Amino acid sequence: MSAVPAGAQAVLKAAQAPDPGKAVAGFLAQVTRDAAFQLEACVRCGQCAEACHFYRVTGDPRYTPIYKLRPMLKAYQRERAPFAAVKKKLGLAPPEVTAEELTEWSELLYDSCNLCGRCTLVCPMGIDIAGMVRRAREGMAAGGFAPADHYKAAQLALDTGSPLGVRWPALRRQIELQEQETGLKVPVDVEGADYLVVLSSMEIIGFAEIIGALARIFHQARVSWTIPSSGFEATNIGVQMGSHDVAAALLERIVAAAERLKVKYVISPECGHAYSALRWEGPNLLGRPYPFKVVQIVELLDQLAREGRLRTRGRDARRLTFHDPCQIVRRGGLPQAPRRLMNQVSGDFVEMPDRGIVNFCCGGGGGVSAIHRAEKLRFAAFDCKKRQVEAAGAEALVTACANCRNVLEEAIEQDGMSLPVLGLTELVAQYLETDPVQGSSAARA
Amino acid sequence: MTVLGIVEGPLWYAAAAIFVVGALWRIGGMLALPARVELSEPRASAAAGAVRSILQHSLPRPAFVRQTAFHVVAGYMFHLGLFALLLFAAPHVAFIKERLLGFGWSPMPRWAFIVTAEVAFLGLALLWLRRLLDPVMRKISDADDHAGSGLTLLVMLTGCFALQEADESLRILHMLSVEAWLVYFPFSRLMHAVFFLFSRGYTGAAYGRRGVAL
Repeated sequence: MSAVPAGAQAVLKAAQAPDPGKAVAGFLAQVTRDAAFQLEACVRCGQCAEACHFYRVTGDPRYTPIYKLRPMLKAYQRERAPFAAVKKKLGLAPPEVTAEELTEWSELLYDSCNLCGRCTLVCPMGIDIAGMVRRAREGMAAGGFAPADHYKAAQLALDTGSPLGVRWPALRRQIELQEQETGLKVPVDVEGADYLVVLSSMEIIGFAEIIGALARIFHQARVSWTIPSSGFEATNIGVQMGSHDVAAALLERIVAAAERLKVKYVISPECGHAYSALRWEGPNLLGRPYPFKVVQIVELLDQLAREGRLRTRGRDARRLTFHDPCQIVRRGGLPQAPRRLMNQVSGDFVEMPDRGIVNFCCGGGGGVSAIHRAEKLRFAAFDCKKRQVEAAGAEALVTACANCRNVLEEAIEQDGMSLPVLGLTELVAQYLETDPVQGSSAARA
Repeated sequence: MTVLGIVEGPLWYAAAAIFVVGALWRIGGMLALPARVELSEPRASAAAGAVRSILQHSLPRPAFVRQTAFHVVAGYMFHLGLFALLLFAAPHVAFIKERLLGFGWSPMPRWAFIVTAEVAFLGLALLWLRRLLDPVMRKISDADDHAGSGLTLLVMLTGCFALQEADESLRILHMLSVEAWLVYFPFSRLMHAVFFLFSRGYTGAAYGRRGVAL
């Protein structure tokens, strides 16, 4: 792995000696013009609580989304806001943010926030609370107040390239297995390919069939693609824990792979936060636009289907419903693409109540699934999702995020439910019109 | 100079100046902070997203109607009532004509004033009561929220007393409470009256460029 930048190393070291001063400096560094208005506009109506699954399942007012921003607001009002100096002299400024406070808020800013953004929909002031929590986490991580599990995952990601420690030999083995399964060659490190496929560790470890599914779909659609042997990890713990230094260091590896292989597009995989990191935050984190375009896999499949390059036959007879990954739909802008694909391969596609941009999170997004201490709360929060699924009367749940899929499977098992969770790309691949696996005459690459 | 003369003269101008300068100073100070630089390729228009968000967040979203009905109904009762009183109460129209703009418009009749005032009072009372009783609102509220509500209630109450213009002291009382409200406004959460445009707009722009219709 490439050398770890000093900024990222400093963040990892912060965990050993938490410092509220560094946290405050981190908060203040995040208060840009728009953030100041977001912090100051709240009228304390509390409606955001009604949108938050963590509040709804517990009834605990501490989980009110806007309350989670209190330390950052205090830091801003004490140190940076207009009249702050005068208020300080008059004793009217908020008190200093303390280590005890930040330790308490670690649970509120990490364990009980999926960065799902549902609270913004209901906020009469339109405050992007999830976006602000993401920024507040920058201060928390810099000060050493992020969850220990996040620091460990970040260390592992920087050392090995993956927050789960997945290295190239493990991916190469999965590729070989999928090549045997599909009879198709998976292109690795092909310079000049159009599309670069990056994957999440969760996919590589738990849902490696996605590689075979992509091979089959791209074979039919005649898409020129490749997987890099380095820089293949799409997940970004830096974005989840709130460290722009860690996030940028991890992103640089993908960008380096894309530049090395001279691709035109990088495909963001079935992973919600990877899409946020790669598509929306990436250029800002690196401080430069990409020399390539980023396309979400569902977006690409939808495009291929509409161009007639992705053709399916038959439909799944089960009653299927779709779980909207928050970062791909509500915060990613792709509510329709998965639905067009669902309608193409499902004979009985039903929507949940509160679908699309008002959908509930699985409970594990925003890095929550990586926090061991948050497990009980995460399983409790699943109750909102469970009610949606039960109202739809679905026989199987489809989604487009490997983390959602894993979190949903765990919660379903925990609840003693019986409901398969499927990946959308794999589902589409099952219904390809000319599937080489089933003996078509398609040429093998 | 009479007491009323002082209250409607130097004190009024001082309060108005603090209100205007304070509000502009605060907004200017926030606008002077560094702008967020967006380098990702937008999918759709940020400006259209901002406009849509400013309008959209004025309306209850269908998925949340049941949970937010109280706030929406009480909020609209109070705010619409307050603005109607501010702009159409007969003494206000006269004040605007004589002291501010040089022209006026038809004021609301007395019966409409009473109905409007009752609606506004009820709205404010409901919101404040909820702030005092609801566990979520209690958790997140602070002294500023109560001071803002209290001063606004005082302005409305003294305004009702002064409507009859039966006694000069009642008008003085109303003007003093208005001046206190104006002085408090720029330094408080009452600034939400302006900030909502920015917060909705910035969020709408951020989501709009991603192609999300907030």
